[in-house]
Amino acid sequence: MEVQSIESKKAEQTRQVEQAKKMSPAEETASQPQGPIKMSGKDVSVFYGEKQALFDVNLEILENSVTSLIGPSGCGKSTFLRCLNRMNDVIDICRVSGLITLEGEDIYNPELDVVELRARVGMVFQKPNPFPKSIYDNIAYGPRIHGLTTDRAELDELVESSLKKAGLWEEVKDRLTESGTGLSGGQQQRLCIARAIATRPDVILMDEPCSALDPIATATIEELIDDLRKNYTIVIVTHSMQQAARVSQRTAFFHLGKIIEEGETSQIFTNPRNKKTQDYITGRYG
Amino acid sequence: MSSTEHIVTSYEGELESLDKKIAQMGGLTENLVGQAVDALRLRDADLASHVIEDDVHIDQLEREIEDQAISMIARRQPMALDLRQIMAAVKITSDLERIGDLGKNIAKRVLSIHHEKQPSQLVHGMRSMQSLALAQLKNVLDAYTERNTEKALSVWYADEEIDAIYNSLFRELLTYMMEDPRNIGLCTHLLFCAKNMERIGDHTTNIAETVHYLVLGSEIAAERPKGDKTTKILVEPGDVENDS
Repeated sequence: MEVQSIESKKAEQTRQVEQAKKMSPAEETASQPQGPIKMSGKDVSVFYGEKQALFDVNLEILENSVTSLIGPSGCGKSTFLRCLNRMNDVIDICRVSGLITLEGEDIYNPELDVVELRARVGMVFQKPNPFPKSIYDNIAYGPRIHGLTTDRAELDELVESSLKKAGLWEEVKDRLTESGTGLSGGQQQRLCIARAIATRPDVILMDEPCSALDPIATATIEELIDDLRKNYTIVIVTHSMQQAARVSQRTAFFHLGKIIEEGETSQIFTNPRNKKTQDYITGRYG
Repeated sequence: MSSTEHIVTSYEGELESLDKKIAQMGGLTENLVGQAVDALRLRDADLASHVIEDDVHIDQLEREIEDQAISMIARRQPMALDLRQIMAAVKITSDLERIGDLGKNIAKRVLSIHHEKQPSQLVHGMRSMQSLALAQLKNVLDAYTERNTEKALSVWYADEEIDAIYNSLFRELLTYMMEDPRNIGLCTHLLFCAKNMERIGDHTTNIAETVHYLVLGSEIAAERPKGDKTTKILVEPGDVENDS
């Protein structure tokens, strides 16, 4: 029998157990962002009057990827999203500090044209908000005010391609002169996405784009988001964890105005490093 | 990293019940293997028959756990630790079911060989293998209930010992068969019993890996020691004379 040699193996095993424990600490495997950075926030703080809503937030948004921002109500995720195209500027008491860049350029540079910034960083809101105009004019509005086209034929083409990219063309091509508000909720939301695409943005921000939609319309939008990722960088705020898990490549978890954890979506939802993240995504008391 | 309770209490209750069922199935399996081993040692056909009947309960629990896991995935869309716990339950339950089958197979063989006299040396080797395999199974089930990765890792490494005993038993059994062809029937059954114990050890290490994944969310970052060398062992007639 080889029983004697087994005894001597005990010590070796203890050593191996110790070694394996050293080899698998969770922190060291935390994923770092990979790929070109489209937008980046450094030490971003936001104040509404005296009240601070964001505390030194750092986040890098990768090109041609979907980044989802999740967290409980009031955690600052929408505030951060609105910083990315200076939507907070319209609130008088709001003050933003820190550095936010788009392709390395400071977007809070006083010399920068905010209207042009918002054309490059488009936004889609929770409730579909088409203009009370025709479907055609909803899309043509942005290109017209930004002077993106020179003649009618070019504008027609841009309207068509925008509606095609938003997956709406087939449904509306025969009624472009009808009012945008006459479409269904899901179609209206895709119209808003088409409107955002028409100004040829680099980044599309979405603030709970599906929360007012039924599951089928939601699936259509999610399919669209996945498709748009090839040409655009997308940041989405969502209350649906399942949606974040389905559509995004990276996820940032906000809590009380801070980013608690950020990483690859699959890691965040299968093996979060932080207890607060885990408690939130599994629906536990924080 | 857990302990906080779900806001939805029924979800918490389902996770607890899943845990309880695994513990129950683990207890039944441990008991069944222990009895199969006793039946082999004591050449007790009655006990062996009991073991064969008892395996039904393990199979039944496996189905219950699987059904519950599937229903929870569909209704709760589990995330993070919860997701890992449900996946771990499915994996562990299938390993336990296999362990139960292997125990049952030992019991079936007892029915064929219980009237034969077993050489005392062989019985000794079998016994140390059995007690090791049983201890491993017990430890890994403890590691699961305690969510203890250290214990799971120890089990994972200790499987090598079972393999080592299996290797020497394999050699010995072959030698007996060569010495006297009348031993072949008995020895073949014993060889399968030993192989079953070795397989039980393998399923036990699977469970250890699952426990590690459940707790830390990662695979064990090391190469598993592979101890079963019997695929390369061939005992020639000359070896028998040299050995004795």
